Amino acid sequence: MAVITCRDAVVRALDEEMARDEDVIFFGEDVGKAGGVFYVTPGLYEKYGGRRVRDTPISENAIVGAGVGAAVTGMRPVIELMFADFAAVTLDQIVNQAAKLRYMSGGQIQVPLTIRMAQGSAGGFGSQHSQCCESWFMHAPGLKVCVPGTPADILGLLKSAVRDDNPVIFLEHKGQYAERGEVPDHADHLVPMGEARIVREGGDVTIVAVQRMVGVALKAADTLAEQGVECEVIDPRTLVPLDMETIARSVEKTGHLVTVEEAVRAGGWGAEVVSQITENNIWSLEGPVVRVTLGAGIIPFSQPLEEHLLPGPEDVVAAVQRSLEA
Amino acid sequence: MSTSLGAAVRHKMLTNMLLVRHTEERIQELFLENVIRGTTHLCIGQEAVSVAMAEVIDAARGDTVTCTYRGHGHALALGMSLESMMAEMMGKASGCSKGKGGSMHLADLDVGLLGTFAVVGAGLPVTNGAALTAQMRGNGAISISIFGDGTPNIGAWHEAVNLAAVWKLPAVFLCENNRYGEYTPYDDTAPVPNVADRAAAYGIPSVIVDGQDAEAVYPVLLEAADRARAGDGPTLVEALTYRYRGHSRSDPATYRPEGELERWMERDPIDILAGRMQADGQLTAAEFEALREQQRAEVQRVTEWAINEPWPALEETLEDIWVPSGDGAAVGEGA
Ligand SMILES: Cc1ncc(C[n+]2csc(CCOP(=O)(O)OP(=O)(O)O)c2C)c(N)n1
Ligand SMILES: [Mg+2]
Repeated sequence: MAVITCRDAVVRALDEEMARDEDVIFFGEDVGKAGGVFYVTPGLYEKYGGRRVRDTPISENAIVGAGVGAAVTGMRPVIELMFADFAAVTLDQIVNQAAKLRYMSGGQIQVPLTIRMAQGSAGGFGSQHSQCCESWFMHAPGLKVCVPGTPADILGLLKSAVRDDNPVIFLEHKGQYAERGEVPDHADHLVPMGEARIVREGGDVTIVAVQRMVGVALKAADTLAEQGVECEVIDPRTLVPLDMETIARSVEKTGHLVTVEEAVRAGGWGAEVVSQITENNIWSLEGPVVRVTLGAGIIPFSQPLEEHLLPGPEDVVAAVQRSLEA
Repeated sequence: MSTSLGAAVRHKMLTNMLLVRHTEERIQELFLENVIRGTTHLCIGQEAVSVAMAEVIDAARGDTVTCTYRGHGHALALGMSLESMMAEMMGKASGCSKGKGGSMHLADLDVGLLGTFAVVGAGLPVTNGAALTAQMRGNGAISISIFGDGTPNIGAWHEAVNLAAVWKLPAVFLCENNRYGEYTPYDDTAPVPNVADRAAAYGIPSVIVDGQDAEAVYPVLLEAADRARAGDGPTLVEALTYRYRGHSRSDPATYRPEGELERWMERDPIDILAGRMQADGQLTAAEFEALREQQRAEVQRVTEWAINEPWPALEETLEDIWVPSGDGAAVGEGA
């Protein structure tokens, strides 16, 4: 097992897929010669050349649209939108075009497109460069949504995304690019979509979290273990498809559910998980479900406010205690 | 062509350029010292455009400005206090936006600054709206939108310029062409040699001007502003300029060809105006040095002050999202 960063995992996945399949092309703003503004794609331009790795103008609509058109005509494009917040500029191409072309054509068309972007707080990037945007895309059937948070999951899921015949929204957390983790040495590590990972086993409460919030949940779990409470921490890794089976099985065992999101509460994926559990597994529950989120917050620039708004281990501990109280 | 302005205006422009220069240099240091976090986009080298722009804006009349994350210079030139800006850079309660906006999101309605927009292209449509208000009210106000040379590649730019042209909005579109969008040279992403060439597609006038010379930029903007105020619609102004530093943060700007920076620094906007004032007997070398020292000291004083300013109270985190209803209660859900 080699230890690499999340950053390394992105470029390794793209490199392996571009080497494997000539139809994989990659483009976005400053992704080629400069290696990306987060420096996650260095070397691809040098290795695969300017035909397959292209720097684009600042034109998100044109980027996604070109990705859609190339995908429906046989290429397998990967595109980068840099900050996930900028997906808002091209929401039409994503939610109306990429997501719906297959359905509206009665299944004639397929859109094997991967749209990468970096989301989340990285400390002081302000309100338009820090959001977690996953739920924007969950509301558009036709799109798969990946939210990997370890090098191994980034590597394995990005490769799966490239091979998927559906449009995939691939969200990386920019605050995690430097984080390290083990990845398998063999050349073709794939992680299937829709398969959650049990990060920590425990019998008292189920905590569901993704990306940076997994680390927060694990810290909380350490604290709670000292108090004799054993948490099961689950990372769904993909939100569409969502592995409710693994979550439901865990809740059946623990009777308690807490979700932890670095995102706004209303309409978040936590709300979806909680709703499905209450719809289908209500009798498993022995206490209130609790969501830890940003509430109705907008990420502020100021350090103490940003840190206050973001969920921390103490918020998760409090949520677990609330869930167990009843 | 440059028109020489009165000594008082020249003095003000020079002073403000020095203020901006020293502020930006200090911001870079503070960023490296971790006092300012996140990211910053400096306008060192581009100061002439800011001070010339500020001369045509009359906030009292209702004039407004939208610009980008590279907006510190514009904010200061428009008259935002250095205290207000420095405190915002550090996320302090006394910042122009109570620390919630930061380097990329300065706003000060008192000086006409509607905002520094961090999503490329977002400012132009908003300037159109401000110009629409002016048109509806008939108050003679204008709105200027400032953006970079990479921005005419985004759809919002074209939609905004088209609408402004069709509605003859009192808007001015001011491009600071500093040759690069992030790490990519202008020519790699644009099919026409000049940003100004784009104006033809919308039937509006355009002007290319030496952006290192405040006295060249000023009359061009004044004419564009007059045209807008007269109801003749928008003008596209392209100011040729250069950023001495990287795009943001600690970008070392290795993508620039050798000697390019040095060539531009030979035409430094501060030196150009100061040199002309000295030649015209309006400024001695000693006075220039004293003015520079004064601005440097002012930046240092305000920096120390801002460092010691309090953080916003944590209760502020969820304030200012909604306009409170009549009874003062906020809308929405708590954290
Ligand atoms: C919609 C959108 N896409 C991409 C970015 C990332 N980005 C920030 S600044 C920038 C370059 C802008 O270049 P230019 O318009 O020349 O302005 P300059 O920074 O040179 O002043 C890019 C691509 C963004 N902020 N918004
Ligand atoms: Mg530029």
